[in-house]
Amino acid sequence: MAAENIFAHVKRALIAAVWLAFLTAPIMVIRVDTVEKTVTWRWMHLAYMAAGSFLLALVWYIMLERRDRGKANKDAEGNVKESALARGFADPKLVKPMLAFGFVAAVAFPWIFSMYQTNILVSALIYVVLGLGLNITVGLAGLLDLGYVAFYAVGAYTYALLNHHFDLGFWTVLPMGAIMGAFFGLLLGFPVLRLRGDYLAIVTLGFGQIIRLVLENWSDFSFGPSGIANIDRPGLFGIPYSVEQATTYIYYIMLGLVMLTIFVTARLKDSRIGRAWLALREDEIACQAMGIDNTRAKLMAFALGATLASLMGVVFAAKTTFVNPASFTFMESAMILAIVVLGGMGSVVGVILGAFLLMLLPEYMRAFSEYRMLLFGATMIVIMVFMPKGLVRAKRKIYKINAETAG
Amino acid sequence: MAQTDTAQAPDGAVLSVHNMSMNFGGLRALSEVDLEVRQGEVVALIGPNGAGKTTFFNCITGIYTPSEGDVFAYPRSGKKRRVNGMRTNLVCELGMARTFQNIRLFPSMTALENVMIGRHCRTKTGILGAILRGPGTRREEQMVVDSSYELLKKVGLEKMANEYSRNLPYGAQRRLEIARALATEPFLLLLDEPAAGMNPQETLELKEMVIRIREEFKVSVLLIEHDMKMVMSLSDRIYVMEYGRVISTGTPKEVGEDPQVIRAYLGEESDA
Repeated sequence: MAAENIFAHVKRALIAAVWLAFLTAPIMVIRVDTVEKTVTWRWMHLAYMAAGSFLLALVWYIMLERRDRGKANKDAEGNVKESALARGFADPKLVKPMLAFGFVAAVAFPWIFSMYQTNILVSALIYVVLGLGLNITVGLAGLLDLGYVAFYAVGAYTYALLNHHFDLGFWTVLPMGAIMGAFFGLLLGFPVLRLRGDYLAIVTLGFGQIIRLVLENWSDFSFGPSGIANIDRPGLFGIPYSVEQATTYIYYIMLGLVMLTIFVTARLKDSRIGRAWLALREDEIACQAMGIDNTRAKLMAFALGATLASLMGVVFAAKTTFVNPASFTFMESAMILAIVVLGGMGSVVGVILGAFLLMLLPEYMRAFSEYRMLLFGATMIVIMVFMPKGLVRAKRKIYKINAETAG
Repeated sequence: MAQTDTAQAPDGAVLSVHNMSMNFGGLRALSEVDLEVRQGEVVALIGPNGAGKTTFFNCITGIYTPSEGDVFAYPRSGKKRRVNGMRTNLVCELGMARTFQNIRLFPSMTALENVMIGRHCRTKTGILGAILRGPGTRREEQMVVDSSYELLKKVGLEKMANEYSRNLPYGAQRRLEIARALATEPFLLLLDEPAAGMNPQETLELKEMVIRIREEFKVSVLLIEHDMKMVMSLSDRIYVMEYGRVISTGTPKEVGEDPQVIRAYLGEESDA
């Protein structure tokens, strides 16, 4: 059986390789030098092309079959087999030491690695929080928000403007940024209450663009495309510190905020509110017919997601000491959405992994410079084909039933 | 026959609908419908496909706002409430819970969680409570879990409590929907074709379950159903609809003998 399959795969891979070699032959083989007026035939390239694509196709087909066989096994056994990754997160004996090690490593990080590495990690942590925030709106409540970066911009500009005009410090603006984020979340939430799915996506996309365009064009207010520079770094009880120390300081601030966000989202997920969001995502009509106030649930999801994004905006402004509208393009929204989808919608652990993967991968692939984005895209495709539910599949909590009352 | 009246005042209505009409543009889906459900009754709404039965359900549960007429509910508090155009979730909170013709469970939530959603409107943990998870929240949460599990037992699904509801067999999904509706503590249970797609054995079990639920939870039941055997043996009174109008009402026996009903179901007699 297996041998037959292998044969079939080899055959299909061969066909794919020959076809691809044929299609790419003109550009891969023929080189015309217009100055010397010569034509070079590079037949070896054809062979490279065919061999490379043959190998890739073969691996692809075998992996696909393994995936399908895995699915079939699940159906037969009636229960879903989890990946080693998911099992690792579920085993309490492993979780505690892992968390402890992770915490120690996180605290020690800036003292072991360079400032450059710490800076990259701060960016990744910002995206962890952004991902977790969007996870509330998209992953839990099922409201597809393509303009999420707008709230990030709101936070960043709240700090930038208040600091520029009124000299307010980071710690003063942080709660104000959260309030501004919640306010803008509601502002967007109200008009889109009736929309869902694709329609909602388009309106939120528009909202994201509006915020960016306002920031770009209303120069009297936001200083236009040139942005706002010389924003103060976070204050440390008035103690002056160097740029290098600032990175470490912001890193610790972010570490705190990340832990706070994980705590908050994990608790919300398994609460009455979180269940209402899930119900809203699953079936809006049934959800309302079972007595859940859809309006409230939606506004809450928008406002909470926006609050987290806005908080991150404040940190971002303080970290870079400079903001301009170019940092808040649609690309950012798409990136954050990719983090949520790739990590696993609704799963806190998944989103954290997704954020690290998508943020750190492009950084460390700089060695491949020009192929960086190509590899990045390929990674995303591979993950989505082989793990369509994301890196970590969201699992529902098993509730403990009181034996006495249930008896 | 389960026609024996529960010892209630003859006019102990829990739901009364007067002259209700529903227009969709130029189409009159419901026309001057009168209907009453009394305390503890099982009332059936029958009629050919497209007669407007589900539209009727949607009108009284706030999914549609009726174009004309009045819908009054008499919840346990005893205060008469006008339901027309009330928001769907408030209708449910008032105590009228429904199931759906094409099952609408929350597929990627467990059976237990589906029932827990029904408890939502009777509990009140807010965002802060959920984040801080103080003793009050934990107590409420445990109560929700326990009472939901209790309800699952009532419909015989306790073994599947932690299964995703999409993985439940069809009949179990129907029962789960009823458990979810019961979790909202209704005084009136609205069942939209609960026996659709069930085999005779399952239908019989469902019938017994409805009778049991009525006694145990002291609810009145209004159901839409096509299974005549079940309707005739289960209901106290029957309303027959055709083309958006109520053409006949009465006990199962009366309705069964009504020539208008026979005509609606079997077609016009050629010599009439």
